[in-house]
Amino acid sequence: MENIEARVKKIVAEQLGVNEAEVKNESSFVDDLGADSLDTVELVMALEEEFECEIPDEEAEKITSVQQAIDYVSAHLNK
Amino acid sequence: MSKRRVVVTGLGHVSPVGNDVATGWANLLAGQSGIGKITRFDASDLACQIAGEVKDFDIGQYISAKDARRMDVFIHYGIAAALQAIGDAGLDDVANLDKTRVGVNIGSGIGGLPLIEETDGDLRAGGPRKIGPFFIPGSLINLIAGHVSILKGYQGPTYGIVSACTTGAHSIGDAARIIQYGDADVMVAGGAEGAISRLGIGGFAAMKALSTRNDDPATSSRPWDTGRDGFVMGEGAGVLVLEEYEHAVKRGARIYAELAGFGMSSDAHHITAPNAEGPARGVANALRDAGVNADEVDYVNAHGTSTPLGDANETNALKIAFGDHAKKLVVNSTKSMTGHLLGGAGGVEAVYSILALYNQVSPPTINLFEQDIAGGCDLDYVANTAREMPIRVAISNSFGFGGTNGTLVFKQVK
Repeated sequence: MENIEARVKKIVAEQLGVNEAEVKNESSFVDDLGADSLDTVELVMALEEEFECEIPDEEAEKITSVQQAIDYVSAHLNK
Repeated sequence: MSKRRVVVTGLGHVSPVGNDVATGWANLLAGQSGIGKITRFDASDLACQIAGEVKDFDIGQYISAKDARRMDVFIHYGIAAALQAIGDAGLDDVANLDKTRVGVNIGSGIGGLPLIEETDGDLRAGGPRKIGPFFIPGSLINLIAGHVSILKGYQGPTYGIVSACTTGAHSIGDAARIIQYGDADVMVAGGAEGAISRLGIGGFAAMKALSTRNDDPATSSRPWDTGRDGFVMGEGAGVLVLEEYEHAVKRGARIYAELAGFGMSSDAHHITAPNAEGPARGVANALRDAGVNADEVDYVNAHGTSTPLGDANETNALKIAFGDHAKKLVVNSTKSMTGHLLGGAGGVEAVYSILALYNQVSPPTINLFEQDIAGGCDLDYVANTAREMPIRVAISNSFGFGGTNGTLVFKQVK
């Protein structure tokens, strides 16, 4: 679980060009980390790559914060 | 109404001979070739394995790593050259700069070919979900101008012209007319290219347009030499800051030169083979626009790509345009050192022409071992050694596939 959290935060930091320390669980990609609509699409692609999963578009649209990304990945990897 | 005059107040450049203007110019005067074996990708199965690659370039000096990842390399070069030129012109220090009167016109011949190639690989391997959201904005040609506009807040006209190897010259000439017409007071203008990829090299090699002197890259680009066997692809960008004369004088800007004239023409002949009348008409149009007599021109930065047909043809074109004065011209090909930057060529060669005029010295045309007199190449190509010389007027020629021609005329500001 912690491992997933750390990996998600690392990807978020890389993709959005921010320090990992700034990436909190409650951080919103758009409101807190400066992402635009294209950044969020690319971020989801990076998560798919890292966790070798496919996130359907309708699910991807609901992932707007770090915690939501962690939750989604955790739920779908534990299946 | 008299025409608004356009002067050059800033220069920027990234090329195979240097990642800034001073380094590139010093290497040109020293006759240093920027051509080598291709390192960007494995070219071992291609007929042409040599190119003028930009070396040790760090886009991180100009923009964030996050932004840089989202653009193809031609945009990196364009942004770098533009920001250098803007810095050189001191535009950031102009307190009351009206940014709605500043525009950008930086073109590219091919745009994001490497990114298109790479994304096609992703698509074939992983399906359409693997196409990134930055593929389109990362490969679009006008996005150099777009990024410079966003970075600097310039709100005048921003666009890019596409005309193959005449792109840079057309972009600069058209930008000058934007100023003359009154649509802007300052234009950041030039050309960029970054097409050294399997598809880019392989494509030009398929046309038999490229030199295959793979065993001796430094002498592969040899305009007007009997041994010339095609052009060598280069990459990079050259960008000028163009400014309305009174605007530049009022702020005390350093003025390198006046962009006195611009001429265009078309061959209406063949997609790749040139004819002499087209380029000659382009030169004549440019001189007329500048109000300059043919015998006032001392320096020609030639298109001079090192192809058997093109070099002889340009020589003929200069004889048509200049008559007897052609023999007195210094006709210089800096492509002997940079290779051919395609859409970036007109940009970097405008920079070199301006520096030749400003410093009263012509760089050499290197690798001119045995001038092809029998093939009609019988002008003064300033072979192998730079030459200090009086230059009243300098012109820069660019010719592109499709038979499209452009000539820029620079003169000293008195």
